[in-house]
Amino acid sequence: MTGPDPAALYRTVRLIRRFEERAIELVDAGEIVGGIHPYLGQEGIAAGVCAALTAGDLVTGTHRGHGHVLAKGADPARMLAELCGRVTGLNRGRGGSMHAADFGVGVLGANAIVGAAGAILTGAVWERRRRGTDLVGATFFGDGAVNEGMLLEAFNLAALWRVPVLFVCENNGYATTMPVAGAVAGTIAGRAEAFGMPATAVDGQDPETVRAAAAAAVARMRAGGGPELIEAHTYRFDAHHTFEHRVRLDYRPPQEVADGRSRDPVEIAGGRLDPATRAEIDASVEAVLAAAVDFALAGPHPDPATALDHLYASGLTARTGGG
Amino acid sequence: MPRLSYRRALTRALADEMTRDESVVVLGEDIRVAAANVTTGLVKKFGPERVRDTPLSEQAFTSFATGAALAGARPVVEFQIPSLLFLVFEQIVNHAHKFPLMTGGQCAVPVTYLVPGSGSRTGWAGQHSDHPYALFAHVGVTTVVPATPADAYGLLVSAIRCDDPVVVFAPAGALDLREDVADPAPVPLGRGVVRRAGDDVTVVAVGHLVHEALAVAEELAGQASVEVFDPRTLYPFDWDGLVDSVSRTGRLVVVDDGNRSCGIAGEIIATVVERVRLAAPPRRVTRPDGAVLPFAPALDRAVQPGRDQLTAAIQLTLKDG
Ligand SMILES: Cc1ncc(C[n+]2csc(CCOP(=O)(O)OP(=O)(O)O)c2C)c(N)n1
Ligand SMILES: [Mg+2]
Repeated sequence: MTGPDPAALYRTVRLIRRFEERAIELVDAGEIVGGIHPYLGQEGIAAGVCAALTAGDLVTGTHRGHGHVLAKGADPARMLAELCGRVTGLNRGRGGSMHAADFGVGVLGANAIVGAAGAILTGAVWERRRRGTDLVGATFFGDGAVNEGMLLEAFNLAALWRVPVLFVCENNGYATTMPVAGAVAGTIAGRAEAFGMPATAVDGQDPETVRAAAAAAVARMRAGGGPELIEAHTYRFDAHHTFEHRVRLDYRPPQEVADGRSRDPVEIAGGRLDPATRAEIDASVEAVLAAAVDFALAGPHPDPATALDHLYASGLTARTGGG
Repeated sequence: MPRLSYRRALTRALADEMTRDESVVVLGEDIRVAAANVTTGLVKKFGPERVRDTPLSEQAFTSFATGAALAGARPVVEFQIPSLLFLVFEQIVNHAHKFPLMTGGQCAVPVTYLVPGSGSRTGWAGQHSDHPYALFAHVGVTTVVPATPADAYGLLVSAIRCDDPVVVFAPAGALDLREDVADPAPVPLGRGVVRRAGDDVTVVAVGHLVHEALAVAEELAGQASVEVFDPRTLYPFDWDGLVDSVSRTGRLVVVDDGNRSCGIAGEIIATVVERVRLAAPPRRVTRPDGAVLPFAPALDRAVQPGRDQLTAAIQLTLKDG
């Protein structure tokens, strides 16, 4: 899908929303250890951007990455199994929430080092293009990443070598507790413009607005254009990480949180559907997630004897740590 | 027999692999004109798409190579200075090395990091003279330090063909070597070689120090029979090959151009004593703890392992026990 399809867009937004809510239940139940960085409130960005991509296009995500992986088409059941650390997970239980990857649908991984993925995606798209494809890539990152030198170096490389990468900044106003105003000199769009990259600021709460902006950028890139940046203004509805459910950190004024939550991508996308269609999608999403939870919890835990499996693609075996 | 220089061995390995495999590309600073005299002639033969001059953005182009590898390329990244490896340690360790396991085996990252001129080049001082191979062995990235032109060719070829990241340290102290090589061939990763057979003590020497060890062994020939073992690959190390040697000689000395604490010499000694009952305490000759190479040539030399130190260590080991 690259044109508007309100039902499909709503379905993705709703799927991510309910996936995150079910995942938080599993965190509370002790089935997901280590917690998660919930994508609640930001669903419209992943949904909108990935709706503008095709199956062969490549994506990298972030520590807050469930939405990116799901929107690009990964199986929610295997995704949830990964979060639960089961061998049936996307990464066979080796990656977890922050590293979920599905190369089969073009997701080269959520990446938990802030600002690191842009250069990786640029290299991947460059190589695929060298092989004569017309695919493009989208790399997601937060407002915290725009102060990482390696991301700015990636802007330069992509622009210099005209690698068609859509740099998608999810500006949710905070890097953990640090507000954008306390961290970003100049502007985010201005960073792109400094490298000669077109930059568009959009309302990240409206999935269709994001989709339209991404589709326009992708069309230009497919036609031979260089990289572009989209700055999507959004709000994180929940904690930076679920540990905050236990430890309250005081950094967002209650009124700001209420205002932020009042613009909900699920409601914005859902409001464009007739109630019957919406109810049908909701029911189908519930069924998918109920099955996903069952699948995840039924999956076997990995055998500790396999802890070093996949460490080396070459087949090299590492010495173990025992005496 | 044709003479092959160490540098031309690297050049030839790159050219042969680029000819054999379209997926091999080379990235680095000033490689088009071959400022390091390694990528000589490649751009003419293979074009600027596959021989890419990069801006000075080591972190980005190192991860660019990771991404290209994820998409099917076999990139070789050349670094102008060994100390730049500190700048890209994050990109190599956190991403290139961790991706296969973190993704549950969904991918491979076959990138080669080539450092022509590692260690001291004399007169290049503190920020150009490091030899950080032990760091990569510590994190578990395949690490090779060829001592000879034939190995420079053979190990670089094997590094490029390897499905994992490999760091190739080409020591400055070996770059000007030449030898007769009839037909350069791949050298398997993880396999050491006995450079000189002996009965009384095994000297493990890394990289250019292999030649120092051979010279010392020759000097001592009247007094002792010294075996010189060149591991060639530091990770994965050829433990069986070394244990075989030390089991025969019963004595061990390691000479290594890395810093002493947590250096590769310490790991070699620890592993050998876990497996072999030695006739005398083992010795190591290394850079000092926390070495920063001073500029003045006499100071630079004073910090590197020298022949006299090696001779003394061998003699002590022979006297002990
Ligand atoms: C390079 C790096 N520094 C610090 C961290 C720890 N950390 C994880 S998420 C985060 C905040 C990221 O903020 P932002 O990029 O705005 O993304 P958001 O969490 O808001 O989605 C920090 C500091 C990290 N993972 N990587
Ligand atoms: Mg943020």
